[in-house]
Amino acid sequence: MRIQRRLTTPRWLVVAVPAASLVAAFAAAAIVLVVAGKDPIATYSRLLDRAFLAPGALSGTLVTATPLLFTGLAAAAAFRIRLWNIGGEGQLYLGAVGASGVGLVLHNQPAAVIIAGMIGGGLVAGAAWATIPGLLKAYFNTNEIITSLMLNYVASLVLTYLIFDSRSFWRDLSTFSARAFPQGKPLPDAASWPTVGAGLAVIPFGFFVGVLAASALWLMYRSTIFGFQARVLGDSPPAARYAGIKTRRLVVAMMALSGALAGLGGASEIGDFRHVLDPRGLQQSGFGYSGIVVAALARYNPFAVAVVAFLLGGLANAGYSLQGPDFPAGLVGVLQGMILFFALGGELLLRYRVSFQ
Amino acid sequence: MTSATAGAAPAVAMRSITKRFPGVLANDSVDFEAREGEVHALLGENGAGKSTLASILAGLYRPDAGEIEIHGRKVEFHSPRDAMAAGVSMVHQHFRLAASLTVADNIVLGHRGTPWLRTNPATIDSHVAELAKRYRMPVNPRARIWQLSVGEQQRVEILKSLYRGARILILDEPTSLLTPQEADDLFETLRRMTAEGRTIVFVSHKLEELMAVSDRVTVLRGGRLVGTVVTSETTPPQLAQMMIGREVVFAPSREARDLTGGKVVLELRGVSADGDLGIRAVNDVSLAIRAGEIVGIAGVSGNGQRQLAEAISGARARTAGDVLASGARLRNGDPEDAIARGVAHVPEDRLGTGVSPSLSVADNLILKSHRRPPIAMRGVLRRDRIAANARDLMSRFSVAAPGPETPTRLLSGGNVQKVVLARELSSQPKAIVAANPTRGLDVGATENVRSLLLKAAADGVGILLISEDLDEILTLADRIAVIYEGRIVGVVPRDEADVQQIGLMMAGASAAPTLPPLKPS
Repeated sequence: MRIQRRLTTPRWLVVAVPAASLVAAFAAAAIVLVVAGKDPIATYSRLLDRAFLAPGALSGTLVTATPLLFTGLAAAAAFRIRLWNIGGEGQLYLGAVGASGVGLVLHNQPAAVIIAGMIGGGLVAGAAWATIPGLLKAYFNTNEIITSLMLNYVASLVLTYLIFDSRSFWRDLSTFSARAFPQGKPLPDAASWPTVGAGLAVIPFGFFVGVLAASALWLMYRSTIFGFQARVLGDSPPAARYAGIKTRRLVVAMMALSGALAGLGGASEIGDFRHVLDPRGLQQSGFGYSGIVVAALARYNPFAVAVVAFLLGGLANAGYSLQGPDFPAGLVGVLQGMILFFALGGELLLRYRVSFQ
Repeated sequence: MTSATAGAAPAVAMRSITKRFPGVLANDSVDFEAREGEVHALLGENGAGKSTLASILAGLYRPDAGEIEIHGRKVEFHSPRDAMAAGVSMVHQHFRLAASLTVADNIVLGHRGTPWLRTNPATIDSHVAELAKRYRMPVNPRARIWQLSVGEQQRVEILKSLYRGARILILDEPTSLLTPQEADDLFETLRRMTAEGRTIVFVSHKLEELMAVSDRVTVLRGGRLVGTVVTSETTPPQLAQMMIGREVVFAPSREARDLTGGKVVLELRGVSADGDLGIRAVNDVSLAIRAGEIVGIAGVSGNGQRQLAEAISGARARTAGDVLASGARLRNGDPEDAIARGVAHVPEDRLGTGVSPSLSVADNLILKSHRRPPIAMRGVLRRDRIAANARDLMSRFSVAAPGPETPTRLLSGGNVQKVVLARELSSQPKAIVAANPTRGLDVGATENVRSLLLKAAADGVGILLISEDLDEILTLADRIAVIYEGRIVGVVPRDEADVQQIGLMMAGASAAPTLPPLKPS
């Protein structure tokens, strides 16, 4: 067997390899199912049904897909230029904190003002959180993978602190039971983001924001000075410095942009779905980490991120609703892991030609 | 092709070697034969297939077709280890030495006879010292590689091959990093080796040194064999014609001009800068370049040339001193300022610094102008203008590429350099800092680059030509400055230049007193 580096990657491979990775992941998980004594075909058809076909399934899938779309974009924006922001999880938490905070402050304003404020709050808080590893990377050459990852734990503790360990602005202290069993202050009704009913599915407002963000990201890379400079920096830092690009500022700005996208995801979680700062719910979803899988499968293309987020959102949604004694609870996790594993393995085929002689 | 005349089988016989890479036929049914005890040069442009042929002989690649005989015995190499066992060894252009180990350690490293635990170091040391003495390659077996000069490191590579009993030694562009004196020493060593019946395959595209060192020359072009000639019966022009398939017009050695009185377009005043490890690399350099003048900086690789170029272009912060472009002081460590003030830079590392390798040719042609109209308006890039700019520059500078959207890394070295020059020269610079602009380029591309630089100078651009190729400097420069350990150790007008003197200065010998006094510039 010989492995040779490819000079160019054919276009069809860019689509075929992730698709084949998906198939291979399901095939590998089927082996796990058979070993566990389950019928893989029946299990997969139930998954498919609950993800996309059953009544109401699409709406549930879109609710799960929306945060994945944002965290997927966050990862794709940064990874595209080889900035490894693993902190989408924490940036999403902070986005949720920012959006719910603004929503609570503006509680007696009109809905449009509250929603715009929440979007802004999520953006800014997520960006600010990501700026920390960005600055460390730009000025002290720290490894952003480690710092952004570690800040996820800090962000998680911040969430817990705000609701469980303090009498913060976000915590509901209005009733006795709320004081005994800590929970977040519910947001006013006007802070609930609108939905659009479209035939089979109810589409959350956040999904539209996400698609808009994907288009903006695509345009940014394609035809703005900022995007051009980012592409040069991602390809060759010495060439970027040579061309007079302010590389440090650019690193900080790109981290902030990535964090802003993840923060938007947090805002959408609050506005579309939770309507309260809910630490346990956010911490259990793990949207930030799943976003990395989304971005990798989408090969960092913003529009592909939307498609992949939808597919993986369906998988996760089906997993939630099927969980029970007759359905292996860990299956969705196993599948996600397999998909990432095969997607990363598939990268080899994109960059190298493997031949047998 | 001469067959084994003396009856004995040739040391190397390669027959009908064919090697295909994706999209390229690197060797097309090539025959090659080298006798025992000869220096056989392998000549060709970049991409002619000479390195591929050498790599096949060294066991790095396996040919798709054809056969190899070593001393009359048919062989099939699956790895360099097989080749070594048959007595064939290659010294690569980029050395493969472990920098933190000693010379002796490097020589025995990975050798089949080396036991797991170290043998008595003294035995190895004496063996190495004995080899070094026999071939006049002075090197201290106890020294660590990082302490050695490039020339010494090359000696270690050659000793490594000899220690393993190489009978056939392949040298890939061995003089590209050496001073003229070091190259002469190398040739002397090669003669000692051939006198013992060893065979040298000498891969190069420098005609002069082939004429000096080789017995026969085999010329490749476009993956095919052009022919094999006896060196003493040929001339450089004839070889050049075989190599590129037409007559070469060597860059006209133009009259050195005296441009005192011209406007100073680039001035360095006491410039110092540190290297990547924080050690001073450029030390108090002062120079003035006038409009239309080419000032050459000669020196052996690693004497601060790269850092000097970067300190001027702003890619590296200066620790002291000023750079003035047409009288205006350039902001320290700010490439954008240098670009805006008309200081162009052709960097030494063209693929990776000079261009962003994975970006398209069109994108690389706007690498420096992407911020300004007409390319950008209010932060948005005008794609139509990027395309028009690419079409214009690619045709004016005859960049051979499948299209403007081709990733630049897929271009040949000569075409990558054309992309760099097209971008830099089209920016209407007042001064150009060019670092090794023709390194690794073939004769045709070199000719092209040099004539572009000469034309720029004729148009009134001041050029600082930093080159490790002394011939290039002697051909192009009006004045020659020699850099050694970050200092300018002497400046001479080209007409008064003496190659021996300059060579000694490049090697650090203090020859300054015998030079004419520095000309006030």
